[in-house]
Amino acid sequence: MKRGLFTVEVNEKLAPGTFRMVLAGDTSAITGPGQFVNIALEGKFLRRPISVCDYAEGSLTIVYKVVGKGTEQMSGMTAGTVLDILTGLGNGYDLDKSGQTPLLIGGGAGVPPMYNLARKLVSQGKQPSVILGFNKAEELFLKEEFEALGVAVTVATADGSLGVKGFVTDAMPAEGYTHIYTCGPEPMLKAIYDKSVTSGQFSFEERMGCGFGACMGCTCKTKYGNKRICREGPVLEKEEIIW
Amino acid sequence: MVKTAVSLSGIQLENPVIPASGTFGFGYEFAEWYDINCLGAISVKGTTREPRFGNPAPRIAETPGGMLNAVGLQNPGIDKVVAEELPRLRQIYSKPILANISGFSMDEFVECCAKADASPHTNIIEVNVSCPNVHHGGMSFGTDPNMVYNVTKSVKAVCHKPVYVKLSPNVTDIVSIAKACKEGGADGLSLINTLMGMRLDIKKRKPILANLTGGLSGPAVFPVAVRMIWQVYEAVNLPIIGMGGVQSAEDVIEMMLAGATAVQVGAANLANPYACKEIIDNLPIVMERLGIQDIKEIIGGAH
Repeated sequence: MKRGLFTVEVNEKLAPGTFRMVLAGDTSAITGPGQFVNIALEGKFLRRPISVCDYAEGSLTIVYKVVGKGTEQMSGMTAGTVLDILTGLGNGYDLDKSGQTPLLIGGGAGVPPMYNLARKLVSQGKQPSVILGFNKAEELFLKEEFEALGVAVTVATADGSLGVKGFVTDAMPAEGYTHIYTCGPEPMLKAIYDKSVTSGQFSFEERMGCGFGACMGCTCKTKYGNKRICREGPVLEKEEIIW
Repeated sequence: MVKTAVSLSGIQLENPVIPASGTFGFGYEFAEWYDINCLGAISVKGTTREPRFGNPAPRIAETPGGMLNAVGLQNPGIDKVVAEELPRLRQIYSKPILANISGFSMDEFVECCAKADASPHTNIIEVNVSCPNVHHGGMSFGTDPNMVYNVTKSVKAVCHKPVYVKLSPNVTDIVSIAKACKEGGADGLSLINTLMGMRLDIKKRKPILANLTGGLSGPAVFPVAVRMIWQVYEAVNLPIIGMGGVQSAEDVIEMMLAGATAVQVGAANLANPYACKEIIDNLPIVMERLGIQDIKEIIGGAH
């Protein structure tokens, strides 16, 4: 974990209400895909926890959805804006459990963390396939970026305006994958949990106080005891989840 | 070189800054950010007899100038705190520790305080009769002077270390509660705990917190805390640990001028993991600027 000042380099709209922000700063505390950062905003008491979409030495990319006043404030930021950010938060995805052909499923605001994960898996010689779920075609983002990694991408939209009509589970194969990695709204996670036939890792969201394990604001029960979504999570193993 | 040391009932603190219970866990998380031995003392997570999961999620809601929490005293229980958490904290931290004890019955307060008192790692017993997030416990003890008197007296009978009673602001007359603590034999007072509040989700038309209500903390409550510390200092001759929305070295000085001997920092730790350290680093600078040579001299200085 580290606190650092980051400078906004790019802040662009990817789809209605969805933005990509590229920031320059010290990313050395980020240990892997599935972690999040916690961003301090002027005039807001608590920080905004946002998943990491991608990172490299000195560069952090987040893709965020405008869901309230804080993210609305972020969407108006211009290049050069300096932000106080805590990085390296949470326990991300374990790449060692992927097998050769893992299935990555992201729904809406749960799509971004799948990107760095896919990139890392590809660089390890794995063949991940990706399912992206959206409500409708115009909400689509990051599809081309995933394709540029050389992974197979299936899109599902709830209204059928693009790709498979229905939920991500309607686009899920019955078998043929070695592990599940997913992030998205809880009903989606539950549906994937019920349909998936392998082991898996599920990333959860919860209202947080601190984001680094101090306040107990985001504790959930698991089969292996109480876990803090911000600390032992946000990624939980399929076998430990209690719905 | 200015002097920042203060004393709480004979317990020496190198500076008056203490992270508040419930915002600092048992210290380990913050030890990853900085050396926590810079702290004046630590008030550890509120502890009950039985292990508690606490309230269902969501437990946190933001507010203008602060936050609501309804964690509900999640803790591993007094036996585990004494056997595991405090020794683990002591491996990395050598300064005073305040054990923070809550309960749902008189027996529970007495049993937990006695166990906390017997631990070689504790220095002050902070009795929390003011948690607004548990039902039939906590605050229900702290809003009635007779109950407060009884809890204080019973706990004092089993403790050898200084007993500080942590008061709720959710009362009509905090002075009468403070007086009841004094009559019960309290060595000091901690005030204020959080103010009971509520937020609604206007899209869902439902409360944001699963517990419906939560405790308000953060800079929004600072003036309420200063007012109550002022009133209690005027009326009751006991050392006060002041808390409620402290964010800066200036806030520490303001609270001490109102009557606090030491000051706890709560919600600020959650927004900024370095909050306590930054306040401690800044304190001598602000003291120099204000011409304060020895911080002890300003306690109650505004009266």
